[in-house]
Amino acid sequence: MILPLVRRFGVLVASVVASSLVVFAFMQVLPGNPARVALGLNASEGAVERMTTQFGLDRPLPVQYWEWASGMLTLDPGIEYISKAAIGPQIADRLLITLWLVGLAMALAVAIAIPLGVWMAVRHRHADGVVLTAASQIGVAIPAFLAGIVLISIFAVRLRWVPSDGWVAPAEDPVLFAKSVVLPTISLALVQGSVLARYVRSAVLDVLREDYLRTARAKGLTPMQALWRHGSRNAAIPVVTVMGLQLATLLVGAVVIERVFVIPGLGSLLLDSVSDRELLTVQSIVMVLVVAVLVINFIVDALYLMIDPRLKTGAR
Amino acid sequence: MGAAVLSVQGLGVATTRTPLLADVSFTIDSGERVGLIGESGSGKSLTALAVMGLLSDGVRANGTVELAGHEGNLLERPEREMAKIRGSDMAMIFQEPMTALNPTMRVGAQVAEVMRIHGTEPSKAAAKSRAVELLDSVGLPDPANVARSYPHQLSGGQRQRIVAAIALANSPDLLICDEPTTALDVTVQALVLDLIVRQAQERDAALLFITHDLAVVATVCERVMVMYGGRIVEAGPVTEVFTDPRHHYTQGLLAASDLSMPDGSRRERRSLPTIAGSVPGAGHFPDGCVFRNRCEAATEACTEVPTWHDRGDGAGYACVHPLGADSSSGHGARDD
Repeated sequence: MILPLVRRFGVLVASVVASSLVVFAFMQVLPGNPARVALGLNASEGAVERMTTQFGLDRPLPVQYWEWASGMLTLDPGIEYISKAAIGPQIADRLLITLWLVGLAMALAVAIAIPLGVWMAVRHRHADGVVLTAASQIGVAIPAFLAGIVLISIFAVRLRWVPSDGWVAPAEDPVLFAKSVVLPTISLALVQGSVLARYVRSAVLDVLREDYLRTARAKGLTPMQALWRHGSRNAAIPVVTVMGLQLATLLVGAVVIERVFVIPGLGSLLLDSVSDRELLTVQSIVMVLVVAVLVINFIVDALYLMIDPRLKTGAR
Repeated sequence: MGAAVLSVQGLGVATTRTPLLADVSFTIDSGERVGLIGESGSGKSLTALAVMGLLSDGVRANGTVELAGHEGNLLERPEREMAKIRGSDMAMIFQEPMTALNPTMRVGAQVAEVMRIHGTEPSKAAAKSRAVELLDSVGLPDPANVARSYPHQLSGGQRQRIVAAIALANSPDLLICDEPTTALDVTVQALVLDLIVRQAQERDAALLFITHDLAVVATVCERVMVMYGGRIVEAGPVTEVFTDPRHHYTQGLLAASDLSMPDGSRRERRSLPTIAGSVPGAGHFPDGCVFRNRCEAATEACTEVPTWHDRGDGAGYACVHPLGADSSSGHGARDD
């Protein structure tokens, strides 16, 4: 178990380093001096020159890369060109908000998808199973932002149960936090939950056809006992893969829902930084997202190792 | 041989549209070893699954299945009660050892589980140590180490021994084996067969042995039932059925197997004898005698379902034009 995990951790570290080079290189191939980009076309040559020296933009690229990369490691990639605000704390604040949103949405999606998917699989020959499966197809087809808009118009505008937008930190006011987070969470979870439920359904259907489930019943387990004791772990393998992908999708894709509900998440910061031409901030946010996706993949790999003993021996 | 352990009367199995088994009747006594033979698709496995109550959704069984020590018809029992009987009083060894075990669970735990389900061992620890004993008794070397293994770390023969250990753990009165050696290497087949027969004998269990290998039946079983098209077409002691078959299908099976050429003399090369035609799909067997579209002796009379001719002591056949010396019609004299 340990050795394959160490090997995958090595892959994670190498991927992070490689992607940091790619992200840095992408920002360099953008035309023009970052200082000129940030200050705009009307800024004087002197102002551009002052900023160039101030931020060391005229130093050799390896030096600039090293400064940024080591800054990222200490969670301090530098300050913004115009506002001079520290980038690290901004990203941390926004990331926390996005993580709340994504975490809650994923938890809700899983809480819906697993029982629903199992039900659709076990009852796939019966009317209720077929109807649920068809209904989940509708859930898959609705875009999250549309669900968000519909939810706002019903529960915020018409019924006035919850605010239509805004964000309150949980430490500040737990009740208001819950109210502000419920609609965006549902909007995100509806789609992801429907998608995940369909994967759970097919994973459980596959497992139900397995010989070892018949063996389990021949041992004296009822069908549901056999599915729980012998099927759940085996069905989890494909489901965990999809959950990892969904988490990565949500992290990057939550920006749409953040816009709909006016939530100051990481995606909003990214869009704002792009329109403010704060290239260093953009570069740092992109790097954070890349690392998050790589870490999710690493966790999925580690989960595989825990679930499937066939991988532990390292034989591939 | 003791009292009847399993008694099956008029067992039929059907989907909503298609009949799959019809009028299957037989009994097996304790300590008796009975073979069930026939081509693929003849309904052998379905018979076993119907007895075990393991038919899949949408397939229904009717008739009666009675197991010694349990009142009434097993087919009428709710799933919850059938689960209590499965794995304790009747058990099954499956055809495919590579997929019959849970790949994510240590085999020791899989053996111990069947004792914990039925409460035959008082604690988890007791079941675990009993599992190691069982693995030892089915001839696995270093059983403590094997118990900690996962199925993928073991060979097919080893896995089938583990499947056997699971089936035998609670000393069932009835042991059903569905082609237990078909998927194994020839060298391992004999070892596993020997193991199953020995273990069943030690427990005085009734053994229903499903196979399409007639040589296996000849070595393992005392009595044999020949199945075709979801019906038992002939039954009797192995020696009688194999040397003096009455049903044309039985004769065809024998001709297609090595058993019919016992002289060992070198014959000139020619195509192996086969039964003309192929097994129809489920629900496409002819009415009347199910074999009549492939039988060279078939006549107009075969459109009626042939009655069962009792040869005494559970032996008999269902054929209008039976083979053999005592058949008056003289049909079936067929050059081999």
